[in-house]
Order: sequence, then structure tokens, then C-alpha cells
Amino acid sequence: MADTQDIENNPTVRKLKDWDPHAVAEAILFRGELTLLIPCEHLVRVAEFVRSDAELQFTFLSDITAVDRFPIEPRFELNYHLLAIERRERLRLKIRVVGKDPVVPSVTPVWPTANWHEREAFDLFGVRFEGHPDLQRILMPDDWEGYPLRKDYPVEGYR
Amino acid sequence: MPAAVETVTGAAQAMVLNMGPQHPSTHGVLRVVLELDGETVVKARPEIGYLHTGIEKTAEAKTYSQVIPLTDRLDYLAPLSNNLCYCLAVEKLLGLEVPKRAQYIRVLLTELTRISSHLVWVGTHAIDLGAMSVFLYCFREREELQKIFELVSGQRMMTSFFRIGGLALEPPPGWLDRVDRFVNVFPERIAEYEDLLTQNRIWLARTKGVGILSAEDAIAMGVSGPSLRGSGVAFDVRKAFPYSSYDEFDFDAPVQTAGDCYARYLVRVAEMRESLKIVRQGMNKIPAEGPFRAEAPGIVPPSREEMKTSIEGLIYHFKIYTEGFTPPPGEVYQTIESPRGELGFFVSSDGSAKPYRVKVRAPSFVNLQALPRLVEGRLIADVVACIGTIDIVLGEVDR
Repeated sequence: MADTQDIENNPTVRKLKDWDPHAVAEAILFRGELTLLIPCEHLVRVAEFVRSDAELQFTFLSDITAVDRFPIEPRFELNYHLLAIERRERLRLKIRVVGKDPVVPSVTPVWPTANWHEREAFDLFGVRFEGHPDLQRILMPDDWEGYPLRKDYPVEGYR
Repeated sequence: MPAAVETVTGAAQAMVLNMGPQHPSTHGVLRVVLELDGETVVKARPEIGYLHTGIEKTAEAKTYSQVIPLTDRLDYLAPLSNNLCYCLAVEKLLGLEVPKRAQYIRVLLTELTRISSHLVWVGTHAIDLGAMSVFLYCFREREELQKIFELVSGQRMMTSFFRIGGLALEPPPGWLDRVDRFVNVFPERIAEYEDLLTQNRIWLARTKGVGILSAEDAIAMGVSGPSLRGSGVAFDVRKAFPYSSYDEFDFDAPVQTAGDCYARYLVRVAEMRESLKIVRQGMNKIPAEGPFRAEAPGIVPPSREEMKTSIEGLIYHFKIYTEGFTPPPGEVYQTIESPRGELGFFVSSDGSAKPYRVKVRAPSFVNLQALPRLVEGRLIADVVACIGTIDIVLGEVDR
């Protein structure tokens, strides 16, 4: 129970819940890392808020990681690793996307660095980012078939 | 934008120039598509992926320990930094505490790695801009470091020396004397490089005011490491989120405010001196005796003697190397300050013996994204300086 108390008292969680009670679906604390599960439709709003809020200041997007939970639905998870440079704090935003035609709003307007991260997630997982300025493959050849990091893609590739 | 100039053959057009993937100054197989107006770069577009080997996919098919050799091959100029970051991530997942002695040895070796990586950087950057001799001097010192790595781990480059829970081996006796010899000569060697470059008029002309990156741009583009500190942002993972007992060491994270190639050069040279400071402290801190890996049966292999003499040791040894171990389900994101910036490993476990997902947040990949901002509007000769100054390793960019 102490754990749930910790999460409820966490300033970032409190701040977000005060701002919009529907913005955070779930908050998880594991090994000292805070993860906030965000409903997909709120992603850009929340991103904009945590970046520009004078107290939170998550101005630095470290990384975007996609995870494929095949065959569980919703199949794809996207993790946004944020960093508040001045406050020395990290935060992970997580959204879940269904496997059939996965589309996520792009956060490139909020953090320009998301450009390549989103291209990589598109390239290797086939997640499309709506509003991305230049959604093309980045690591694989342009004419590659399939999305290599999906769990139903064989390690040796299709022969 | 290019002005519409009438020439004999009609309106002047922008020329598209392919730089790389085979080009000595792209530091690997990087291709940059440049749109030129005369000698001025109008648009630059880095094309990557030529070295993509699917390391993240491969990692999902290996046990946790088997992933370590893959990490060497990411940033091959700083293999120990990659080893460290991956091991820290898995240790965090397991909740495993590493003995202090192993932590200090890890710090000492990763700082030597930083020096070695920066040496390659100074040398190749200088040769790109026409200063040949610095390159030769830098590689002389780097050779000494490679010999230290070989002495300790048996390998010059693909060390795989850090293992989950500690180190692979007890370092050989007398290895610190070798480090000591290096530490004693290196300060005058840095002075030598600085003699050749810092006040050199050609060097100044090629780097000062070239490739300026403002602090806001650097943060917006996710730039980290010396390139971020060269733009005046004092962020160093070793200071902000200390790992492996870095909080017990006394050192500075050098910052410059100009944000140009010269500022990044000054930051890296100063960093080599700071690393040397950490190495010196590490030499005094490392206890002569003590465990070099954690006591965690079933996760960390037993000593050879235990394996040969006790039945439990034998069983654990067999199980670790055939099945591996199973961390609890969960996910962690561990970062370290690699020579190139914030190196991050995201490791997700589903409770099985193989990682469900390993994602490498490669600093070179993110820093390279800022290249167009550095070169657009500048001369084509500056592109070479700008590619050099962000210090990319394509093994890490393409993974």
C-alpha cells in the first residue's frame, strides 16, 4: 500500500491529475522509475503540458521506444522517455495502440527531436505517426517489406 | 534560398551532391545528400542505415548475458561504456547490488575509454581539417590504452569485460602500474595536442564560429554529451543521475557557451583532463582485494574453484550458461554518460530468460539529427568540420 501512496503523492502525478483527471489512466512506479499510462487521444495535450509547464519542465525528449506485445491487444506500446534537465528528473509516458492499423499522433511539434525516433518506430514496427513531417523508413531500405522488430517477424527474416 | 541567376544555359539550378557513404570524413558509412547553391549548402539530409545489423532484434533471441557481446559492437570506440550501460540496466531490473570494488574498477575503465574515444575524435577531426600530426600523436596514446584494455580483459576492442553483477575476471596483478604509467605521461601529451591546435590560426579559422548550435536548439533536438555542454547547458548524466558510485568522485563537467565547433573541441579536451582526474582517484580507491562480482547464486556465476568443488556451484554454473536467469517482469531505462552523450538502454522483461525488448538510445543517432541545423547556410568545406564535431559512430547510429 505504501507504493500507491508514493505514487499518489508524487508531485508530477498530482500536478497532472489536478490539471486534467482524465489525462493519466494509470501511474506505475517500478525500480524508482515513474511511468504514466496516457490515453492515446490525450498524448499531444499531455506532452505539450509537461514540456511547457513552469514547474515540470520536461523539455528534453530522450527517446521513443516501441514495444510489440503480440498477440496481446492493444498490441503496441510506445514509451516516451522525458527528462527535466534543471530538476534532474525523468518520466516515462506510455501509450497503447491497437495492432490493426496503428496510428499515433506525432509529437514532433512538441519536441523536434521526435522526428527520427518516430521514423525509426515506423520503420521497425509499422506504427504510423499522424502529422509527422517526413514519415519515411530510416534504417531499412525504402523498398523493404515487413517491419522487422514486430514479434511475428522471424529473427532470420522472411526467406 | 538560391537567387535566380541567368546563365548561358538558362536559370541556375541547385546542385545535389552526394557525400558518402564512402567518404573518409564521414567517419563510417554515412551519406549526406547536400543541396548546393554554388558552394553554399541550402539543404542537408543525412541518410543512415547502411550499417544496420538488427542488434535489437538479435538481442531478443539471446539470454541476458549473451547480449553483452552485442553491445560492444554498437559504439566500437567505447565498448566498455556500452557494456556498463547494459549491465546497469539489467542489474536495475534484478535489483542487484554490485560490490564497491567492481564499481570503482568499472568507473576507472570507462573513464579510460572516454579518453581513448576522445583521442580518436581529436585525431580524426584534426586530420579532416588538415592537421596530420595530431592524428599520429593521438593514436600513439590510444595504443597504450588499447594495451591496458587487452591486459585487463584479453581484448583490445570487443572487451565484453563488464558482466551482470560485476566483472568478467579478476584484473591481472600489476595492471594499475600500467595505468599509473599512462596517467603520468598523459598530461604533457594533452599539452602537446593543445600546442598544435588550440592557438593554431588555421584550426581557429576552420572551427571558430562554425556550426553554431544554440542551447535551445540543442535541447529541442535532443543533443547530449559534449555537444550539449559546448552549447552552454551544464548537463552530465554522471552528475545528474550518478551511477556506479560516480557521486564519490570529485570532477567537473566542463561547459563552453559559444556552441561552435571550437567550443566542442575545448569541452572534449577539458573532459580528457577531468577523466584523468577520475582515473587518479579510482586508482587510490580500488581496494587491493575483495570481490569483483556480486554474490547472487543463479544470476552471477560461481568462482571456478566453487564450480569445481561444490555441487551447488556446479548446478548454478550449468543453469546460468544453459538457461540463463529470469528477472521479474518490468521495464527499466538506464542511462550513462558515454563519450558521445546520453547512452540509454531500455530493457523490458516478461519474466523469461531472454529480454523481451532491448532498445538502445544511441547518442550518435540523436546528435546526428542536428547536423542539418549546423551546416545549412554554410560553405561545403564546413560540412566536414560539422560532421567531425558531433562525433558520431555509425555502428551506434545504425545498430
